[in-house]
Amino acid sequence: MTRQGIVVQPYSRLGREQVESIHRASLSILDDPGILCFNRDAAELFGDRGAVVTPLDQGSHACWLLRMPEKLIADTLSSAPKVVTLGARDHENSLVLDGAEPRVHFASGSEANTWLDMDIEVFLSQASPQRSVSLPVFTRQKGTVERLGQAAHLCEHLASWDSFLRTVNIQDEDINDDNKDVNKFFASLNGTTKHVMSGLTEITQLDNVVKMAEIIAGGADALRENPIISFITCTVKSPLQLVDDTTQKAIEVARRGLPLVISSSPQGGSTAPISEAGMVAQINAEIIIGIALSQLVNPGAPVLYGSVPVRARMDDLNDSYGVPEFSQYNIDCVDMARYYGLPCYSTGGVSDVSVPGIQASVERLFSHILVALSGAQYIHYAFGLLERTSTFCPVQAVLDDAHIDMVKRFLHQPVVTESTISECLDQVRKVMATPQKLYVRFVRSALRSGAITPPYPYESKGMTDETLLRAGERLEEIMALPRRPIEQAIVDQVFAEVPGLLPRLRTR
Amino acid sequence: MSEEIINKIRQNVVQGRVTQDDEGVEEGLAGQPGVTELVQQALTEGVPVSDIISKGLTEGMSIVGQKFESKEYFIPDMLTSAEAVGAAMELLEPHLAGSGVQAKGKVLLATVKHDLHDIGKSIVATLLRGAGYSVHDLGNDVDTEAIVEAVRAERPQIVGLSALLTSTMESMKDTVRALEDNGLRDTVKVIVGGAPVSEEFAQSIGADGYGADGFQAVAVVESLASQAAT
Repeated sequence: MTRQGIVVQPYSRLGREQVESIHRASLSILDDPGILCFNRDAAELFGDRGAVVTPLDQGSHACWLLRMPEKLIADTLSSAPKVVTLGARDHENSLVLDGAEPRVHFASGSEANTWLDMDIEVFLSQASPQRSVSLPVFTRQKGTVERLGQAAHLCEHLASWDSFLRTVNIQDEDINDDNKDVNKFFASLNGTTKHVMSGLTEITQLDNVVKMAEIIAGGADALRENPIISFITCTVKSPLQLVDDTTQKAIEVARRGLPLVISSSPQGGSTAPISEAGMVAQINAEIIIGIALSQLVNPGAPVLYGSVPVRARMDDLNDSYGVPEFSQYNIDCVDMARYYGLPCYSTGGVSDVSVPGIQASVERLFSHILVALSGAQYIHYAFGLLERTSTFCPVQAVLDDAHIDMVKRFLHQPVVTESTISECLDQVRKVMATPQKLYVRFVRSALRSGAITPPYPYESKGMTDETLLRAGERLEEIMALPRRPIEQAIVDQVFAEVPGLLPRLRTR
Repeated sequence: MSEEIINKIRQNVVQGRVTQDDEGVEEGLAGQPGVTELVQQALTEGVPVSDIISKGLTEGMSIVGQKFESKEYFIPDMLTSAEAVGAAMELLEPHLAGSGVQAKGKVLLATVKHDLHDIGKSIVATLLRGAGYSVHDLGNDVDTEAIVEAVRAERPQIVGLSALLTSTMESMKDTVRALEDNGLRDTVKVIVGGAPVSEEFAQSIGADGYGADGFQAVAVVESLASQAAT
């Protein structure tokens, strides 16, 4: 048994003809103007398969203009697996992402620099000092390896959180580029038995991370069977530039056959057209070129269609996640992934505001619902992210878990069968024969099966909003729950064979 | 034997099973005798009515109350258990006179004039019956005069008035006044409830009590009934 997610009746914004038009537009973009490539291996791989490769003078960086024949894209996309499994330390937490099945899962992100703590303080009214109110106050902290582990623990105990995508950028004094990858993967894997996904800081650390995962999974073959980790690379800098570093990471991960998200994150209005059609045509081109590359390197390498389209704010050109266009772009990309039959790594649940509250709830719930409706197989950014993606707040993640639970419940498909209709008729007749004429008797089995949505778990009881207070109490309860760390003997082996791990992570 | 059947009655009250057709909170009980069949059997076997009520029904409801307090049970569980007790009390009523057992009191309930909403009032009726009260339910859209006449005829200790609409809750005030005008106000306590009704409103019309929900209504009845008894 794997994590079930929720299968939806997908909502599409694009009809078949529109999807095909955008597909053709993407192919046209990849031919003219083509794509700038700053990675030599990629230029050679595409050149060997028929791309027109033209060296360009771009100053100190080697650069080529690649113009892609349609057939190259079609051939390479066809070898990409339609089903990708993301394994987990606990097999029951594995995810099966099938491009043909709109089964939605929710994951975290991003790699926020800031961790936002919440405390509750009591404030006295200036007008009536006998009146007081308890309010949340927030403190910014740096992301650290310990806090990353705490987030993983939180993920372990929040039921709606299907997969752990590293939440914070670890900025400890003793963390540097050469040991960051092993420590962030270890802290994550040691904190949760769910799937762990992350970007790679330093390509030289890839094999150390893979070695760690092999030890924890039970060997090289076991890791390929049960890939407890996966990687994200944003190969393209929008618009249409294959970046040397991230492209090389994609090549190396694909060579090793571990699951890989090929993502792109253009900003409508600045690095991509603001129109829906233009944005989607460009991001689709940027994603499929990355997927094509992965398949040139290793046909059949497991990849996810990673779409992170955002819209620019017109007052400061920051990303805006709270606007409806954000959800439009993302839903369109899910339609495109579905067209190719590829599982989609999509985006939802972020807010532009810096602290939890009304704006945060409105903005994030908007895309939680809409992007989930589209049937994206893996929705990242769904937990705890604030201030666009700069801040991770654990209390917000607790709230998101409750909200996503509501979304999942809403998305459950109706069960209208002969059996349920017959049962319903039986109830109606029985109830109408009673003096009370109430259906409460028949509620009880559904109540106990969990089929009935309980009241909002952080409900306010008085005349002030206590949602954050209640969520904060729940967070404290969760953080006190038992951990499910990696077995000590395996930890010992990891520390013996993988360099760079911080000794303090070994202690319990 | 007597103890065994009383235990079963108590257990089935806890399960909220009126008849053998009912499922309980636990699965797999359908087909086994429910509270009404068990009470009938107990009567046939000569089990004292007082034992059926106090050790079977009342203790069963007490367990249900504890489970509700501890959040193991929900309102549907309370109501189905109360329904089972109410059904049992109907069976037992003809036997009460000779048993030395009396209902805890008589309560007259009505949804007031021009108001057709009776779910809340029916829930209160079920809960009160489950708590051991004799309940006379006048139904909904009940004229003030009909309530006054019923009080005169039935001599309840308590009248409960329900309204869902802000436009009909004023009838409660009319009813209290009509009871005064007919010289009956001192013979009966009046409690009110319903979505638009509040404690303040209850006080403003001269009612004796207010229940925000069914359980509060039962608590208010218990309190007023004990005052009336002393």
